[in-house]
Amino acid sequence: MLEIRNLHVTVEGREILKGIDLSIRPGETHAIMGPNGSGKSTLANVIAGREGYTVTQGEILFDGKNLLDMPAETRACEGLFLAFQYPVEIPGVANLYFLKAAVNAVRKYRGEPAVDAMDFWELVQERMALVKMDESMLKRSVNEGFSGGEKKRNEVFQMAVLQPRFAVLDETDSGLDIDALKVVADGVNALRNPERGFLVITHYQRLLDYIVPDHVHVLVNGKIAHSGGKELALELEEQGYALYNEEPGRARRAAA
Amino acid sequence: MTDSTSTLEGLANSDYKYGFVTDIEQDTVAPGLNEDVIRLISAKKQEPDWLLAWRLEAFRHWLTQREPTWARVHYPPIDYQAISYYAAPKQKGDGPKSLDEVDPELLRTYEKLGIPLAEQAFLAGVAVDAVFDSVSVATSYKGKLAEKGIIFCSFSEAVREHPELVRKYLGTVVPYRDNYYATLNSAVFSDGSFVYIPPGVRCPMELSTYFRINASNTGQFERTLIIADEGAYVSYLEGCTAPQRDENQLHAAVVELIALDKATIKYSTVQNWYPGDKDGKGGIYNFVTKRGLCKGRDSKISWTQVETGSAITWKYPSCVLRGENSVGEFYSVALTRDYQQADTGTKMIHIGKNTRSTIVSKGISAGQGQNAYRGLVKILPTAENARNYSQCDSLLMGDRCGAHTFPYIDVQNPSAQVAHEASTSKISDDQIFYCKQRGISAEDAVSLIVNGFCKDVFKELPMEFAVEAQKLIELKLEGSVG
Repeated sequence: MLEIRNLHVTVEGREILKGIDLSIRPGETHAIMGPNGSGKSTLANVIAGREGYTVTQGEILFDGKNLLDMPAETRACEGLFLAFQYPVEIPGVANLYFLKAAVNAVRKYRGEPAVDAMDFWELVQERMALVKMDESMLKRSVNEGFSGGEKKRNEVFQMAVLQPRFAVLDETDSGLDIDALKVVADGVNALRNPERGFLVITHYQRLLDYIVPDHVHVLVNGKIAHSGGKELALELEEQGYALYNEEPGRARRAAA
Repeated sequence: MTDSTSTLEGLANSDYKYGFVTDIEQDTVAPGLNEDVIRLISAKKQEPDWLLAWRLEAFRHWLTQREPTWARVHYPPIDYQAISYYAAPKQKGDGPKSLDEVDPELLRTYEKLGIPLAEQAFLAGVAVDAVFDSVSVATSYKGKLAEKGIIFCSFSEAVREHPELVRKYLGTVVPYRDNYYATLNSAVFSDGSFVYIPPGVRCPMELSTYFRINASNTGQFERTLIIADEGAYVSYLEGCTAPQRDENQLHAAVVELIALDKATIKYSTVQNWYPGDKDGKGGIYNFVTKRGLCKGRDSKISWTQVETGSAITWKYPSCVLRGENSVGEFYSVALTRDYQQADTGTKMIHIGKNTRSTIVSKGISAGQGQNAYRGLVKILPTAENARNYSQCDSLLMGDRCGAHTFPYIDVQNPSAQVAHEASTSKISDDQIFYCKQRGISAEDAVSLIVNGFCKDVFKELPMEFAVEAQKLIELKLEGSVG
């Protein structure tokens, strides 16, 4: 469902991604691991359509449609979701109100009428339970004054309500204690189904104990240095990314 | 990233939607100002001698005064002799007895503005005292109000029907010597609204006046006087739009509020006068003096304003807290874009014991708009245990606009507690992208973020007005997304 071909991306003239190929089928969860500065967040932002990134070569197809031709809001309406590494605060805008605006924007794009208030409330109640979120968080301004854990939980909650076809989780584990990590992972796992794809970006293997991926890719210096099954994450945990720096040959041996 | 800056500017640069001129015959006095003009205005309105004498005193004082220059606004000198000081829509006979008799052209104008003057007004539960240029031409639901002893009429009518009340209170909160524009207004005011709520009466509906400047070259000098007697309550709404004009139009209104013991007055304004074109040509000069006196103990006066129009806004709705335990509030949203300038804020003068005041000011600047908050919190020696809380937030859109804050605090009693918070922020690219990633367009994202910024003020508005204000802000920020 998501097809990335020979993707090259520069930021302010500097090449960050140097030819990424990645193919994710419906129902699959792929993990991208890599050291700081390897281009993980750049990949997430380019998929989501953030400004400030220049694609110099390659393409991204989402169910056959050229994603790079669409503005960010169209990608979202097509069913693409990004759980932010640093969720943004919007003072004075209630979390529930924001979510309803998002749901209705997507419905409008699909030519559907605005969501019925009761139906929406039922969905919200049900999805809140999924991430063990307190109702009081609905009335609070979007992410304002939220703890790190609450922000990440709120991202997964939004994803649960919006029910995207494909979700990118950008370092959703960062800043979480183990309990919060489990809650967030449970929320994600509950959303996994044969139609939905996930791309989980993380620095640490820890998250992948709870969200078990089908495929793991190691991103180093703007390229996928190695791909494998879920066991690759464990190897990385033991051996670190240092293997992949400078000496790709040695990296292959280590992974073999 | 400069793309988003230009997007924001695009959003902020939509056209003024209320630019049309109504074709109604005007009974207009030739431009110029002297004692004869004032006598003529007074005579046309068949005023008593004391009022003419008051006007003339004000005019003579005005001649000794100079325009204030301390505000952070810039405009070419105003030729006060080029302004016509009186315009009244021509009517056959003595004026309309009901809405049916009102000039249909006028009614159509209100309809275009979406003002529910006819049945809509009743459905909305709003009594509308419509001020068209300078003379009130339509008044509704007086009967219902009269049952409770409430007086809600044009200022001229109040002068005729209730001279004792007008004479007792006129100029007691804003004396004719108060400031240059208030003095001018005292000399030449044309009409306005008068409200009196008798003791113990809670006004059963929101009182509303829609102002509209129409006659070219005619200054608008409204005079409003609202008195809430002991234990009374009234909520007053003022909303304005004006047709598009090339010449600058001067508006110098005066509003006086008086709250006696345990009385509450809530005064809400949505102001959307013609702000001038994209190059800063034309637009209304809005130099207004608004002040409320909490005369009695436990009285309360609350100002809420949403200022989105006018080329220049110079306006400081204030509270004089004389009664013990009295409360003053000021909630403001001021939006400037293109070349608009706003210098607005409030004065909270604490005189009585245990007086409390709250100031919440939200300034939004876009394009080359300049927005200044200017406020004074003054605690006099008599104001034992006075409290004030002030919050001034500024939101900048684009990189050519400006926000300025001038908070003056003068405390003369050591028991006072005064708190001031201020912030300046921009709508960030991160916020816009976050919204877009959830499917919300950049345009809707800006509306969402701006409305969130204004929420603390909007929630003070009566429900229907709050919806209108929110729409107005969205309209102001509407435009093509690049």
